[in-house]
Amino acid sequence: MYWNKKSNVEAPETADIVARLDWRNPAVISNYRNRKITNNLIKLFSLVSVLLVLYPVFDILYMFAYKGVLLLSIQTFTETTLAGGLSNAILGTIIIIGLSAGIAIPLGVFGGIYMAEFSDRSKYASVVRFVSDVLAGLPSIVVGYFGFLALVLYFNWGFSPMAAGITLSILMLPYIIRTTELSLRKVPSTIREAAIALGSSKSQMVNRLTLRFAMPGILTGILISVGIALSETAPLLYTAGFSNYQPCGLCFHSQTAYLTGIIYTFYTTPTAEFQNMAYLAAFLLILTVLLINVFARSLLRRFSKL
Amino acid sequence: MLSATVSDKLYKYFSAAISASAIVFLIVIAIVLVIYSYPSIVVYGIKFFTTTVWNPALDQQPTMVHGFEVLRGSSFGVLVPLVGTILSSALALIFGVPLSLGIAIFLTQYSPRRLSSLISFVIETMAGIPSVIYGFWGFLVLGPFLLNYLEPLMAKYLSFLPFFKGPVYSYGFLASGMVLAIMIVPIITSISRDALMQTPQELKDAGRAMGLTSWEIVRKIMFPFAKSSIIGAVILGLGRALGETMAVAMVSGTATSLPVSIYSPINSMAAFMALSLDGAQVDPTKMFIYALVEMAALLLIITMIVNVVARILVRHGFITSESFVQV
Repeated sequence: MYWNKKSNVEAPETADIVARLDWRNPAVISNYRNRKITNNLIKLFSLVSVLLVLYPVFDILYMFAYKGVLLLSIQTFTETTLAGGLSNAILGTIIIIGLSAGIAIPLGVFGGIYMAEFSDRSKYASVVRFVSDVLAGLPSIVVGYFGFLALVLYFNWGFSPMAAGITLSILMLPYIIRTTELSLRKVPSTIREAAIALGSSKSQMVNRLTLRFAMPGILTGILISVGIALSETAPLLYTAGFSNYQPCGLCFHSQTAYLTGIIYTFYTTPTAEFQNMAYLAAFLLILTVLLINVFARSLLRRFSKL
Repeated sequence: MLSATVSDKLYKYFSAAISASAIVFLIVIAIVLVIYSYPSIVVYGIKFFTTTVWNPALDQQPTMVHGFEVLRGSSFGVLVPLVGTILSSALALIFGVPLSLGIAIFLTQYSPRRLSSLISFVIETMAGIPSVIYGFWGFLVLGPFLLNYLEPLMAKYLSFLPFFKGPVYSYGFLASGMVLAIMIVPIITSISRDALMQTPQELKDAGRAMGLTSWEIVRKIMFPFAKSSIIGAVILGLGRALGETMAVAMVSGTATSLPVSIYSPINSMAAFMALSLDGAQVDPTKMFIYALVEMAALLLIITMIVNVVARILVRHGFITSESFVQV
């Protein structure tokens, strides 16, 4: 039966329903008016909630797009924050995200491969799944504290892109593991069985084959994690600090600027020139996140057609 | 070349070892937090949770307490940020859950197909917008709007209620609750919408055949079906609100005392941790940092419990890969 036996839903008696909906009964007629009014009220309420929620979103998109387009110029990409541009922040973001992706992607993809291919019911797999759920729920400031205490202080790396990269990769890891596992599981078992029937070993051929089929899903997961990493501020504040100068890739004790940090640093300044940098950074961030979202969605659509 | 079985085993153990990285990360994080919060736990004990006073006493001389160097007269109490976190998350749920369910109902029952996919796309975009940008918008738009329009109206007409009296501020409890609500709506909406859509079409058709209105179909057929997923989604949203740092830091007003009205400034644990760590480094005894780490450990435990409960509920319900990825 489709009824979920765990819930307390009882199928109303047919006689009950017929009695309640008998049009010849005057009580039913007046009740129908009430039911119709309730229905229309709910309809209105749901419409209002849609508008109430969409208004801030469109306000945000419009406001930052308007300001961003107004302020965007070549200087944004050539000058550093000392001169009103964002080149050091853009470069810093790219470096930090690149580092964290470089750590999280191999770890996550191979982790997901293990979970999907080699371990069906084992206790170890459910532990890894549970742990990755916990990691996904960690507040980013707590992970930032970890990065600060362990990497910046204890290892004495100081504020550095590497510390920021490792911290962000902890935030990205669970999503990559889970989406890789899901995408691999979605590949029909007929393909795997066909490959093994043709004599391939489990590791080489099957994974080259199933990975190819699962690739759109895996890439979507990677894109989403990159989007999450791009949106983070709090952990970066205490692992990468802030700087007005061009970032140094693998240096230690070298603070780096990043787009989200620019917004946080300059959002209250009274000087228009500095606030403009915050607007520009916001615009670039929203643009990037939008592109990632559109791209991921089209990938997912291609993947579900499988 | 290695034989097939040997390379199979190698691949299996290699990827198994790599998958352990998640476990290693979590254990290391837990260990680091415990080590760096231990001094504060030992020195301040239960008072950490009961006092509102947060005084690092940076102008005092150090003294020894329970074997740790501590500035004389310092007191670290987590009550103000803790209350602020709970209050702002509760307000976010009060605003966010009805809105999310309203949107989910609209998408599944009342809106045409084209409009549904457009709105769903916007909702998913919302989930990706960085929290600093929500905070920035809250700072630029929501704060002034509350200060100049909404809060004076509320203070005028709702002042018979005890919590709604009093001076109005732009950045405080109400602003934080609203910004958090906007941020948790995408999570709750996408999971709820997917769960509601999973109800079998036959049951909905049977309802229509009986003459049920759309709302009655939702209430009597779809909600019971999706109940555990929706509750899981709400708890997931709660987990997100508890851990949200930047947006709250930018619109909360960063209070040092408990709020007296819905307009007054508050502070949340995450925001406080983000704002204070800079200044904490001047404490020569490092107790300020240890106290902040103890706050971090507390926040970690709270969000961990909430998220685990939520995921158990969501897994027992129905999830598709799209909504799963959003979360």
